[in-house]
Amino acid sequence: MTGRRIAVLKGGRSFERQVSLVSGGRVEDALARAGHDVTGIDVGADLVDRLRAADPEVVFVALHGRDGEDGTVQELLEALGLAYTGPRPAACALSSDKVLAKHLMQDAGIPTPDFLAFGESTFKDLGASGALPQIGDRLHFPVVVKPARGGSALGVRFAATPEEVPGALIAALSYDDRVLVERFVRGRELAVSILGGEALPVVEAIPSAEDFYDFEARYTIGRTRFVCPAGLDHGVAAEAQRLALRVVDLLGLQSCARVDLLLDADGALWVLEANAIPGMTETSLLPQAADAAGLDFDDLITRMLADARDPRSR
Amino acid sequence: MDARRPNSAAREIERYAALFASRTRVMTSSVMRDLMAITERPEVISLAGGLPDTSTFPPETMAAVMARVASGSSARALQYGPTNGLLQTRETVVRVMAASGAIADPDDILITTGGQQVIDLVCKALIDPGDVIVAEGPTYPGAVPAFTAYEADVVQVSMDDEGMRVDELEETLDRLEREGRRPKFIYTIPTFQNPGGVTLSLPRRKRLVEVAREREILVLEDDPYGLLRFEGEPLPTLFELDGGHFVIYAGTFSKILSPGVRLGWAVAPRPVLEKLNLGAQESTLCPSSFTQLFVCAYFEGDGWRAYVDELIGLYRRRRDVMLEALERYMPEGASWTRPQGGLFVWATMPDFLDTTDLLALALSHNVAFVPGRGAYLDGRGGASMRLNFSGSTEDEIREGIARIGALVREQVDLYQALTGGPRDTRRREPEPRTDLADVLAMPRRRDDAARRDAR
Repeated sequence: MTGRRIAVLKGGRSFERQVSLVSGGRVEDALARAGHDVTGIDVGADLVDRLRAADPEVVFVALHGRDGEDGTVQELLEALGLAYTGPRPAACALSSDKVLAKHLMQDAGIPTPDFLAFGESTFKDLGASGALPQIGDRLHFPVVVKPARGGSALGVRFAATPEEVPGALIAALSYDDRVLVERFVRGRELAVSILGGEALPVVEAIPSAEDFYDFEARYTIGRTRFVCPAGLDHGVAAEAQRLALRVVDLLGLQSCARVDLLLDADGALWVLEANAIPGMTETSLLPQAADAAGLDFDDLITRMLADARDPRSR
Repeated sequence: MDARRPNSAAREIERYAALFASRTRVMTSSVMRDLMAITERPEVISLAGGLPDTSTFPPETMAAVMARVASGSSARALQYGPTNGLLQTRETVVRVMAASGAIADPDDILITTGGQQVIDLVCKALIDPGDVIVAEGPTYPGAVPAFTAYEADVVQVSMDDEGMRVDELEETLDRLEREGRRPKFIYTIPTFQNPGGVTLSLPRRKRLVEVAREREILVLEDDPYGLLRFEGEPLPTLFELDGGHFVIYAGTFSKILSPGVRLGWAVAPRPVLEKLNLGAQESTLCPSSFTQLFVCAYFEGDGWRAYVDELIGLYRRRRDVMLEALERYMPEGASWTRPQGGLFVWATMPDFLDTTDLLALALSHNVAFVPGRGAYLDGRGGASMRLNFSGSTEDEIREGIARIGALVREQVDLYQALTGGPRDTRRREPEPRTDLADVLAMPRRRDDAARRDAR
């Protein structure tokens, strides 16, 4: 295989900068091992200049969070006529906005926990605080409050009572000007990764018991154990994969994505969200799922690279 | 060819995972650490650092001192030295300490690589896993990783305007004794505390020294800022009050000359000093001869005092600007300390605000501070923040506080809109928890970020 000139975009100014730097670093290593000519770019104000200097044949997008995962960088790459990995701008924008994605899933009949969405301005200008009692009536406590955009656990709060809702909203609104309040589904946490339109084996994330209500701990490396493939009945695993495929079809994430689900005590599956650019760190779920499917990290990166599309060819 | 490539496999952590010592497991990722990583960006006004303003040091002085070292002691500067430091350096330390009234013997001094190494060496010499360290709450965020690396059990004692509450300290020590736990040492920054900005009063200093003697517990007195007093009467150090029986004194040249020379020192009772010395031998062999000779040459005359006075003037003005800005821009319900010296103000917001989340919002407005949780090991400090005034210009401080204040006001208004009216904003600290240590990596801004104020 002949080496290609590849630029790996990583870092940037999103709150997930650290994760992205690790993801990007590992991607660079894998591409270099495969014989490519790799340039790592920590995304900043000089991105266009650095891309021009690197003159890549393909851009590998290893950014997470704002700018990288929400379609902004993808739109820029389209404008520059560069081929890049991962989903196109619309799919990125849709999936990174949990409110939009959940509305689309609800409309398509995909099970997702019931929710209410609020914008900061609706509280300030439209008196939406009057609608807060609705939360209890409709969703029942406990609820989970999340920023509409942004990955990982940043700004995600648990509210067990109505009194805890305002503080949780303030926290979530620190990360985005829109938030969603979601019914809390108690259950097992599953993730289905998608690669090239196929579902990989299901991964289960098992938080240590005492951290069950501590969201920060649940997303802290070392305090969660991962099992892949998850110990599930064949039927449940297949249903999780089928749901994940429906989600990626709906949002346009067929090439590569990670869909997060919950399996409740009654055996029902609920889709929480889909991630357009899954983490690539040593504890990330996509690499673990790929490994369980017989693809080592280098194979995974090669597959993702092969799926990169050239805007000029469309 | 990419010059980075030969080392690239070092990032493949799974290859080495089985080799890591179990104590490295405390080094977990956290929301706060992810956020702190962004504070280094050049467009961010960072009130998060703890940097002295090295741009004020005259380059011509540096050149002259370097020339003196080169012409007078080139071979020595390039050679190894004794583990406890050159005698000349220890004598320099004696003179610097005398400036604040303390009398030390050069034989009781160990020169270290910054004051931080003293914290490390004291932990190394005294702490077995599970041993208790009593510290102020909040405590120096940079000491927290050292304490956790030695798997210490840190118990924090609260402070008020007069510094650590020594009555609470005594109650805590009684409780620990009942529980059969004997603390190894009390860690304190009595003067212009980091991050609290408060100073331990004289009666409490005296009582603290008595408590240490009565109970035969060591005190680690960390005193990086003592000479940076803007106003008020200087107070004796704990070391001076104790006379070197139960107080280990940690000093540094970082804030009165430069953190770049990486030189600090410990003064300790002889048997303790010997253990510290052994620890230093293991880790650094000896402090840098080069920077020791630089420091000795620089401190030969009395010129260094004029530079410290200059720093005091500069930082006092910056503190004043910060306090004025806080007064002007912070809403009711926020409070803050008024330091008489040092580098930091500790500000506390209404209790429904979480400063870790607020930092996320602040970063999107290009301003940063250290969230209070980084200064506690027990989950407290969620509504507080540390603000640094030494490392930013007056304009940056004013603008930075204006931005933070506007965001806090917005959040207070929003909270009132959500709850239907103003509410009691008194602080209600949550119960301390022991499982929430947030080991904070403090990013350092690049040199070029330290700028000189327009004066």
